[in-house]
Amino acid sequence: MWSFSKIANIIHEWLSQTFNVTWTTIIEMVIAGVAVISLFAVLGLVLVIMERKVSAWMQIRLGPNRVGPKGLLQSLADTLKLLVKEGMTPNGADKFLFNLAPFIAMMVAMLLLAPIAFAKDFQLWDLNIGVLYVSAISSISVISILMAGWASNNKYSLLGAMRSGAQIVSYELSAGLSVLAIVVLTGSLQLSEIVNSQANGWWIFKGHIPAIIAFITFIIAVTAETNRAPFDLAEAESELTAGFHTEYSGMKFALFFLAEYANVFIVCAIGATLFLGGWMPFHIGNWNGFNNIMDWIPSSVWFFGKTFFLIFLIMWFRWTFPRLRIDQLLNLEWKYLLPISMVNILLVTAMAILKWHF
Amino acid sequence: MPTLTSRAKQVDRRPMSLAEKLYLPAIFKGMAITMIHVFKKKATINYPEQKRPFSPVFRGLHILNRDEEGRERCTACGLCAVACPAEAITMEGAERQPGEEHLYREEKYAAKYEINMLRCIFCGLCEEACPKDAIYLSETFAPSNFNRASFIYGKEELRIPHPKEDPEGYKKALGNRAKK
Repeated sequence: MWSFSKIANIIHEWLSQTFNVTWTTIIEMVIAGVAVISLFAVLGLVLVIMERKVSAWMQIRLGPNRVGPKGLLQSLADTLKLLVKEGMTPNGADKFLFNLAPFIAMMVAMLLLAPIAFAKDFQLWDLNIGVLYVSAISSISVISILMAGWASNNKYSLLGAMRSGAQIVSYELSAGLSVLAIVVLTGSLQLSEIVNSQANGWWIFKGHIPAIIAFITFIIAVTAETNRAPFDLAEAESELTAGFHTEYSGMKFALFFLAEYANVFIVCAIGATLFLGGWMPFHIGNWNGFNNIMDWIPSSVWFFGKTFFLIFLIMWFRWTFPRLRIDQLLNLEWKYLLPISMVNILLVTAMAILKWHF
Repeated sequence: MPTLTSRAKQVDRRPMSLAEKLYLPAIFKGMAITMIHVFKKKATINYPEQKRPFSPVFRGLHILNRDEEGRERCTACGLCAVACPAEAITMEGAERQPGEEHLYREEKYAAKYEINMLRCIFCGLCEEACPKDAIYLSETFAPSNFNRASFIYGKEELRIPHPKEDPEGYKKALGNRAKK
């Protein structure tokens, strides 16, 4: 059975035989960079067409079906269109910040990809504070949105950016607390160790009800953090034209768009890693035959399957619920989610100390 | 208080129950509805490949009819223009010259016959007014266009294909609505 880690090892061995240590490191970094960029390009295309198809199905429509087989190349055509469009900078805008903002959004998304374990022993950077790194970097994304909103010199952009600031800063809390629940259970911030701790069962099953509460809080909080409906107040088409990216066009707009979908992928990957066992296959107790079949499926398939299931869940939210008002949004966080996750983390801590989990 | 319609309904102003205040049941209900939609038969169709069936009384674009030998039936009597409530029809009559008997059925014919498709309301009164069965409404509808002038259809666009030179086109254009 092929796997990502085998391919990575073969490349590494070949490089270290051919070049010295410095060049091997440099070439491996370049390969990793190219892989991340191409993963982003593919993700953007796949997620956009997935979103459009899911939205169509949920609205009893057919969705795009003209370009390519079953319309699968629609997003490629859209990307080509965006590439040849003019990237306008408005006259009143702060030129430097205006042009910098989409790249920061993109850079944050790329940085977040580093600690994610895509398959067994296949990780760009297995740092020992992985969870902390993710929550620290993801809060930078608000800066790019505020920057875009402020530099556009447009009141809609600014309103959208301010809303997004309030939203991301407050939902960061419950997202962090729900992630902390799993950290308490595992006793480690390292993502590879968190995955390994789920070898005998995923945390959502092992952690009883508190883990499920943490999972639900996490999903709600990350939906808000990635600015997706029903929490898409930052762009709120019906009120703010397009919110913080009103003034953006062409490739700069495409970068924001891509960063949004990349962020969705990343938070879903984190959710899958923490709660659904990352690349760990699904096992049931002592059913050895069943477990062997599950082991036979490659770990990368498990990881991407779980991630895409969570992405589908978030898209499902988007096409079901109407947008919240800003006061309802902040009420939900400060009056409900935050107290619930605080009590929940106490429960989880008690559970971890008394060893009640499996 | 007497209601204006029989369908009037009293607004429910009771305070929300606990289940309603939690919102969670309603959220799951909403998500179930969208999930059911995924598996439902889609309401849309692939238009140019698939077409919705029309009712037999559907009234589409006009067609100026010919008889079996391919002679135009219209005599430019103007009854259709009079009947037209939208005043969409304009015509000019002319006398048939000797040697044109194979072109026109009677001594008088329409030299110019124009219908403004933007004015037309497709009521079919022209069809009913015509004593010669020269005009009827087919089953095709007006295609889109870029300028107003091209919506004024002349004889070239309205005339049915010649039954002898292009029998297939003639049959197709005749459709089910023409009186045979």
